[in-house]
Parts: sequence; C-alpha cells; structure tokens
Amino acid sequence: MNRRPTVAEQLAKRGVSRRAFLKFCAAAASLMALPPSMAPAIAEALGKRTRPSVIWLSFQECTGCTESLTRSHTPTIESLIFDMISLDYHHTLQAASGTAAEHAREQAMAEPGYLVLVDGSIPTKDDGIYSIIAGMTNLQMLKETLENAAAVVTIGTCAAFGGIPKADPNPTGAKSVQALMDEGLVPRKPVINVPGCPPIPTVITGVLAHYLTFGEIPELDHLGRPTMYFGDSIHDRCYRRPFYDQGKFAKTFDDEGARKGWCLFELGCKGPTTYNACATAKWNNGTSFPIESGHGCIGCSEPDFWDAGSFYSALSMPTKPLDLAAGAAVAGVVIGAGVAFANRSKKSSAKAAHKATGLADLEK
Amino acid sequence: MSEIEFLNWVRGDGLNLAISVFLLGVIWRLIEIFSLGRKPDLSASRQAAGASGLHTVFRRSLPPPGMVKRSPVSYIGGYIFHIGLAVVVFLFAPHIKLIESLVGLSWPALPSQIIDLVAVITLVAMVVVLVDRFTKPVKRYLSTFEDYFTWTVTFLPVLTGYLAVKHLLLPYTTMLALHILTVEILLVVLPFTKLFHAFTVFGSRWFNGHVNAHKGVPV
Repeated sequence: MNRRPTVAEQLAKRGVSRRAFLKFCAAAASLMALPPSMAPAIAEALGKRTRPSVIWLSFQECTGCTESLTRSHTPTIESLIFDMISLDYHHTLQAASGTAAEHAREQAMAEPGYLVLVDGSIPTKDDGIYSIIAGMTNLQMLKETLENAAAVVTIGTCAAFGGIPKADPNPTGAKSVQALMDEGLVPRKPVINVPGCPPIPTVITGVLAHYLTFGEIPELDHLGRPTMYFGDSIHDRCYRRPFYDQGKFAKTFDDEGARKGWCLFELGCKGPTTYNACATAKWNNGTSFPIESGHGCIGCSEPDFWDAGSFYSALSMPTKPLDLAAGAAVAGVVIGAGVAFANRSKKSSAKAAHKATGLADLEK
Repeated sequence: MSEIEFLNWVRGDGLNLAISVFLLGVIWRLIEIFSLGRKPDLSASRQAAGASGLHTVFRRSLPPPGMVKRSPVSYIGGYIFHIGLAVVVFLFAPHIKLIESLVGLSWPALPSQIIDLVAVITLVAMVVVLVDRFTKPVKRYLSTFEDYFTWTVTFLPVLTGYLAVKHLLLPYTTMLALHILTVEILLVVLPFTKLFHAFTVFGSRWFNGHVNAHKGVPV
C-alpha cells in the first residue's frame, strides 16, 4: 500500500522552499498567539505529519465560505495548506462529478480518522428533503460521513450555528452540526466551530494548522469557537474604539463624523457583541476589515445574527416593532376609565348612605 | 438559549411586552388618580406670600431649613442618586438612540467617561441610602418590603449597565442582555409601586400647594 506523503515531502514536490514554509509557520504561530520561537517547532511537527484525508461537505450554503478560502490571496503559501491535507471530496473544487465524486468520498471514508469539514446548515424538516446530494439527504450524508471521522470543523455560520437558512421562520428546519449531535441525530465527534459569513481565510487555515500541528482540538469558547481567534470582541480590538469612549459617533454614512472615521455604533455596528478576529487578522491579505471600509460589523460570527434586527439599528434599539404598545395604551385607557367609574360610584353610594347627625342623635 | 438569542429576545419580544405593560399601567394609574377629584372648596380664598401650587412644586425640591443637618444622608444621598439616574438614563448615547428609535426625539450625549463616573457615584449613593435605611431605627421601622424591592429594581439596571460597559463579571453580550432585562423589569414594576412618583411627584406637590394656598398657608 502506498504510504501517504508527509507535508514536507508534499511541499518539496510542489517546489515550496523551506524559507517560505517557515514564513508560513511563523505567521501561523502569530495567528495562534504563540511566540515566534514556536515557528520551527510548528514546521517540524507539520513537516513530519502525513497528510490527513479531509472530506468537505457542502450543505445548505452559498459557497461563500469556499470562495473566501480559495480566492483569499491565491496563490500564497496559505492556500498551500491544502496541499498539507488531502482534500478528497469537495463539490466545488473537485474535478470529479456524479458517481466518481461520491466514490471519492466513500474511498476516503474507508480509512478512519479523517477530518470532516462542513459548510452549510442541514435541513431536518420533512425528512430533510430540502437538500439532496447524490440521492442522499444532507442529514444522511453527514451521519454516514461522521461515523469514522476524527473530528468536525464547521466552516461558516450556517454549519456552526444554522446561519441564514435557520433565520426566522426557518422554512427547512435548518440545524447546525452541533445541534444535530446534541439531538443524537448524527454521531457525536469533537466539533470546532469556525463561524463567519464567511470566515476569515487565515482563520480557517489557522485552525487546520493548529489541528495538524498539535494533533488536538484547540481551546474552545462556550460556543465551540477557538479562543485564539474568537476570544476578543470586534469592539475591544477596533481602532475606532477611542471615538466610542469619547462619545463621537457617525450619524450617517456620509457626514462629518463618518469622514473623520468616528465610531459606527449608532449606524448599527454589532462590534460590541461579536467575537471574531476581523479587527486583528483582517481581510484581503491583511488590507482591512468592514469597519475600516466605513461599514459597521453585522455580527456574522454569532448565532442568529440574521434575526438581531436591522444591520443598521444600534444595539440598544429594538429588534422588532413594538406592535403591542398601541393595544396596551388603549387597554390602559379602558381599565383606567373602568376603575374611575367604580371609584365614582363607590363615592356616590357612600354619599347616599351618609346620614346627617342631628341633636336627637346626640341625646341618645 | 445562547446569549445572542437572549439578547435578541430582550431587544424584541421582551421590550415589546415591557413597554406595553408600562404604558398600560401608567395610563391606567394616571386616569385613576386624576379622576378621583375633590369636593369644591366653597370657602373664600386667602392670600399669603409664596403660597401657590407652583411655589410648592419648586419649594419641595429644596430641603426645609435645618433638615439637611438632621438627615444629611437622606437629602444629599437622595439628590445625588436622583440627578445621577437622570444623567445616566437620558444623556448616555445608546439610551438616546433607543429613545430616538421609539419617539423620534434626540439630543446630544455626554462622553462615556463622564457617564461612567456618574454611574459609579449613583451606585455608591444608592448603597449609602440603603445602609442608612438599615441602620437608622426609625427608617428601618418605617420601611416595608416595597421599599427594598423598588430599591433593588432601580439599582440593578445601573449596576448591570455599568458592568456591561466596563466588560466586568460576565461577557458583554450576556451583561447587556441582563441590563436590558432589568430595565424591562423596572418598566413593568414602575406603574404599580411607589416608583410611580416619577409621574406623580409634581402633580401631587402642585395639589398640596394649591389646597394649602387656598387656606393661606405656604407649604
């Protein structure tokens, strides 16, 4: 049987120099909040490891997560992390289609211990008929694929938390991978959630690099997100934070405050409740992140961000219209009038029952 | 329920419910109180300097002579936390944003550092008046469950608001949701407890001042 090539062998075959590889490892170390001295150790660990098989399952998704990853800064060393793993099944990226594609998945599954990457949520309503691949519902495919998996990495908010398909009223009964495990609908495996709509490319590759380097699940927060990337809120790391503290807010997207780069809180920025690495890792090869481009954070790495009201309403504003208020006010008038009427009649009956005290009463 | 779902609920259905109960209660109580009416006073009105409803509205905002010395904590503490609450509630940018979204009115905000300072002073003043209530035998004797309950529902929104802004104790999202929830509890409780004085204070002062002015007594 052919031995799987190690990462170092694979990279050498691809003509990636040791220097470039070390540079990548240093970047990965910095992303993982490890000291730079860890870079050679990462290089050694990564270099020795055989390329694990990876099965990437795409369910109710928009391919934005794949776009994010593949288009990031091609062809940099980052995209080569995918040469460190053996990506055996991926709808968008694989050349095979139809039966051949499914065969690739089955073949990869023959050797237990593979990594499953999932993007998209899984429909469960009406037996999950809303999304079918090769005659299998997403739920069936996930259940089957997870059987011998070592771990699952959910790529994007849909797989991590349900995302847009799960948004109210959730017509397909969409659920996240974790929710399905909690309900016992699919085998329970360790889950790393990498939410975002889409997630930052370097965060996706960083999480994979961590898993490959240390061979274990990184430290996760209570929502299953690696704390090294999702430990800080956007607000806490935002370069516009001093303006928030000074009470300087842009009121519209083209006013004086917006031009001066003031805080976008009043324009609906969800930075204070959103945990992600955008403000530090940034997008497009470290160019900028949404707030730097003048738009508030929409909170895409948090559960149910789609149901948190308008992207342009401040966090302190209501998420829904107060449709009960008018009825309540009318009810207040009716009850108030009723009580007033009761008080009046009590008073008039007391008045009617009142007897004047006369001399005769005193002599009794 | 994740903390974001909790936050979405307090910002949506929770707020809807709380504001509705608040509106219902306030309108009900105001109609009830103002419809009580009084018997017409047929006696001839007497005149005295400084005796009128309006005079009393202002005079009662100032302590009677000698009272600050006799009861400094009640007066000074009372001033501080009432003014502090007004500043924190009405001059913090996110609060103004909420009011604007509800009724369309807005005004300039104070820098958040000043709000922070006022919030701390308000919290300290509220704790001091509570301790005073415990330690002074007369005050303690006069206090009922309602006094401690209303103190709690007023204190919690300020405390959770401060902790949320300062990112203390709990993650910001959870603390913000708790802050909004405690404000909603305050809104629900306000019309049906002594906290309703926020709406009746000036009306009742005017009424007392007016009745006594008729008798020629400035109160």
